[in-house]
Amino acid sequence: MELKKDALYAKSHEWVAFEGDIAVIGISDFAQSELGDLVFVNLPEEGDEINAGEAFADVESVKAVSDIYAPVSGTVCEVNEELLDAPELINEDAYAAWFIKVEGVSEKSELMSPEDYEAFCESEAE
Amino acid sequence: MGTYVPNTEAQQKEMLQEIGFEKLDDLFAHIPDDVKFRGELNLPEGLSEMEVASAMKKLAGENRVFDSIFRGAGAYNHYIPAIVGTVVSKETLQTAYTPYQAEISQGVLQSIFEYQTMICDLTGMDVSNASVYDGATAAGEAVAMCRERKQNKALVSAAIQPSVMKVIETYCFGNEMELEIIPEKDGFTDVEALKGMMADDVACVYIQHPNYYGNLEKAAEIGEIAHSAKKCKYIMAVNPISLGMLKTPREYGADFAVGEGQPLGLPMAFGGPYLGFMASTDAMKRKLPGRIVGQTVDHNGKTGYVLTLQAREQHIRREKASSNICSNQALCALAVGVYLASMGNGGIRNVATQCYSKAHYMAGRMAEAGFTVKSDDFFHEFVTESDKKSSDVLKALEEKGILGGYPLDESRILWCCTEMNSKKDIDEVIDILKEVK
Amino acid sequence: MLVFEKSRPGRGVSALPECDVEVLAVGEKDRRESELHLPEMAEVDLSRHYTELERKSHGVNDGFYPLGSCTMKYNPKINEQAASLEGFTGVHPLQPAETVQGCLKVMKETEDALCEITGMSRFTLQPAAGAHGEFTGLLLIKAYHLANGDTKRKKIIVPDSAHGTNPASAVMAGMEVINVDSTPDGLVDVDKLREVCDGNDEIAGLMLTNPNTAGLFDPNIKEITDIIHSCGGQCYYDGANLNAIMGWARPGDMGFDCVHLNLHKTFSTPHGGGGPGSGPVGCKEHLAKFMPGVRAEEKDGALDFAKAEESLGEMKSFYGNFLVVVRALTYIKMLGREGIPQASKNAVLNANYMMKKLSSKYDIAFNPAVCMHEFVMDIGRQAKETGVTAMDIAKGLLDNHIHPPTMYFPLTVHEALMAEPTETESKETLDQAIEVFLKLNEIAYSDPEQLHNAPVTTPVTRLDEVGAARHPVLKYDFEVSNE
Repeated sequence: MELKKDALYAKSHEWVAFEGDIAVIGISDFAQSELGDLVFVNLPEEGDEINAGEAFADVESVKAVSDIYAPVSGTVCEVNEELLDAPELINEDAYAAWFIKVEGVSEKSELMSPEDYEAFCESEAE
Repeated sequence: MGTYVPNTEAQQKEMLQEIGFEKLDDLFAHIPDDVKFRGELNLPEGLSEMEVASAMKKLAGENRVFDSIFRGAGAYNHYIPAIVGTVVSKETLQTAYTPYQAEISQGVLQSIFEYQTMICDLTGMDVSNASVYDGATAAGEAVAMCRERKQNKALVSAAIQPSVMKVIETYCFGNEMELEIIPEKDGFTDVEALKGMMADDVACVYIQHPNYYGNLEKAAEIGEIAHSAKKCKYIMAVNPISLGMLKTPREYGADFAVGEGQPLGLPMAFGGPYLGFMASTDAMKRKLPGRIVGQTVDHNGKTGYVLTLQAREQHIRREKASSNICSNQALCALAVGVYLASMGNGGIRNVATQCYSKAHYMAGRMAEAGFTVKSDDFFHEFVTESDKKSSDVLKALEEKGILGGYPLDESRILWCCTEMNSKKDIDEVIDILKEVK
Repeated sequence: MLVFEKSRPGRGVSALPECDVEVLAVGEKDRRESELHLPEMAEVDLSRHYTELERKSHGVNDGFYPLGSCTMKYNPKINEQAASLEGFTGVHPLQPAETVQGCLKVMKETEDALCEITGMSRFTLQPAAGAHGEFTGLLLIKAYHLANGDTKRKKIIVPDSAHGTNPASAVMAGMEVINVDSTPDGLVDVDKLREVCDGNDEIAGLMLTNPNTAGLFDPNIKEITDIIHSCGGQCYYDGANLNAIMGWARPGDMGFDCVHLNLHKTFSTPHGGGGPGSGPVGCKEHLAKFMPGVRAEEKDGALDFAKAEESLGEMKSFYGNFLVVVRALTYIKMLGREGIPQASKNAVLNANYMMKKLSSKYDIAFNPAVCMHEFVMDIGRQAKETGVTAMDIAKGLLDNHIHPPTMYFPLTVHEALMAEPTETESKETLDQAIEVFLKLNEIAYSDPEQLHNAPVTTPVTRLDEVGAARHPVLKYDFEVSNE
């Protein structure tokens, strides 16, 4: 399983990396491999408020749909619209395929370091 | 008693023995006593096929089938080419179910893919679903799918078919969307009133074109007004036959085209089964409810068809689905496909032209019989007003074996002409109307 | 090949005479500009096209179709004959009542029979399908609570084994779903239910299928409906599985307040490749005044349309999928008083016979001593030991001309194959199918690759569903074909 070294991880398998004050959010490599071939992503819109711990997007595989939870609270300032036409990018490289960028980050979920997250995934896989 | 159980009593006994039971009733022994049904169902005794055939024939015979029909108002009398009936009677297509197993359902899937293509072609839209129950439920579903977090209000024209309005009301009673009626003025949607009703919380504007009174709405202008609010969608309900002549919903600027598919090869059949079609722009395709068939390839690269975009649907999204619909009206969609394929481009234009021409011919003669036609901008239905009582007029026609127009009240009647009404039949109606006091 | 690729300009079917009045055209502002691309076909080409599509499909007529929860029983041909009578097909829905007495009698006789079979006091035939019936039933419950001034009741209890339509219908009715887990035996957890309901004045009601999707009759059913009633809720019966219990138990006697039936399942009307179906809704007296649509009621010695006094409105235009109702009534007349319970008896016998014979090699979910009309095989063990999944077994069945059971449902069993043989299959058919199932189990252990690659004898092999969903092609592209 791949990890992004400069990111933090939520128990619900989202990653968040900070570029200055902006939080960049996606799903982990572990999550994409568990979800299988993704066929669509429902994303929020620019300007939407998101709340830490609440669903802000969902991803579809052929036979399932899964919620994606916000690791932080804030305002969506950019959406990766490329994913709408090419959801396979998430399967190809989960860390390049960010979902949204968030500004005005106020609250954060409980987040793990890459090492702790790796251990967490191993314990979940058992 | 009739039965379709092939196992003989001896076989039933043998099977019971093999699984360790003595009699059939023992299989139901675990049903608790407090809910077990005792005694016999109070139903008539079962019959032989010959007796049932005759009983059903007798029931059918107690209906009056009119040879000459001038009534529409939501169900239309059109010619159905013979091949439509033979194709929908094909036993395999009739007795298959939803094509869950694509490998052995390519025929059903392909017929739906062809249906979707034809609906898109007729309406000018990008994407069609595999059909829903009927035109009215298509309307209810369409309004519901336009709902957004901050857009919870639907504006619906008063000039739509009343039963469709009632179904939209029912769907809104369920999902608690706000419903406001755009008033009608002289048989048309009141465009000025609509302008005043537009606001940022409007999810959609819904009109019917031609509308309930047969009139051609200012459909392009209404579309522009609808789109003046940021997220508002424009839904047009259309009569599919009219699309052989009239602008497509796409040309008028609609985001969704819906309607009653019955005129495309389905019998009137006392109201059903019919089919509702739903088509949208590409941007809206993931909002469409119901089944959608897509083209793909198999492991060997051979073209094939599958149910697709399924994650929109209830069996995956459960309480997050925008609709609960799971079936479509596949056999009706098949009939529509065969109808459109047998009519072809020329046929569908011809039907539309005959509907339009005959309705206008009839309307043109109404004055002779003392009836005022309320509009001249209509497709194949129009309203007359007269001092002659509607009930008397219709009774007089009925006596001559003619089903007249639909009475809106005691002075107004909604008439309909299709290719089925010959000049001679129309002239006969005018003659009878002249005689009514 | 698609019908569009077979089209040749200039061909056609001679359907219509020439227009016998002056030909007119609509004004320019409303005149269609875009081209039409409908097929132009000679009748012979059309006939062969659809015969080819028929060949590439599988219906009950082609062979065994044990698709669980869908009751794919044989569709008698007399049903079709009755539904094609011109006295039914040629009637306009807005004709005066005195000219449609036959149709009204069909409605009345069907309603009476369905009331008797379910223990309800009233039925509406308007809902077009099962899901539409669910929506109708929930709106009845909603209207009832609102009429009582009970505006808080918005929560509907749905067990985790329920069809996906149940929660989706609840949301359409403006209700919030509470999922209640099942017991390890696959039944409703009565203690948990009591916990949720006790003194809870926000409960609108419960949606339940009994026998449930695992083919199990819930022995606590009376207690369950009592719990709901004692907190002020209403009980909704999903009639998907009625074929198991006709003449043996009635939803009305189990304490249910309303119910929907699937005429296309229980009453032998054909499924049509996915519809039209028919989902009539029945209710007890206290809900009757909210019923949607119109019923046939006797007035001055004849039948007339009657609307309930506080009707919640209309579910669709007119009176439902009438020709489907005609077929169902034909079936009810054939079977009658003795034949209807007889059908259920044999449906249950066939399911138990198959379950017992397959249990030697297949694990049966919840391991019941006796099932009702269907049972669920759990392929989990095979999947673990051989890598062969429920999907692989299903695809293997295709090469043996058997329509597979329902796959991956109920969701509570991970590798589920849910089989419902129905009463219209003979012992010979069942024995052959059992043999195929046992053979596939052997192949799973000897040559799993063969099943991963199945089917190989069908018109196409497994299709790329991921590609279809990622880059949807949802119609034929006329422009590409012109290049």
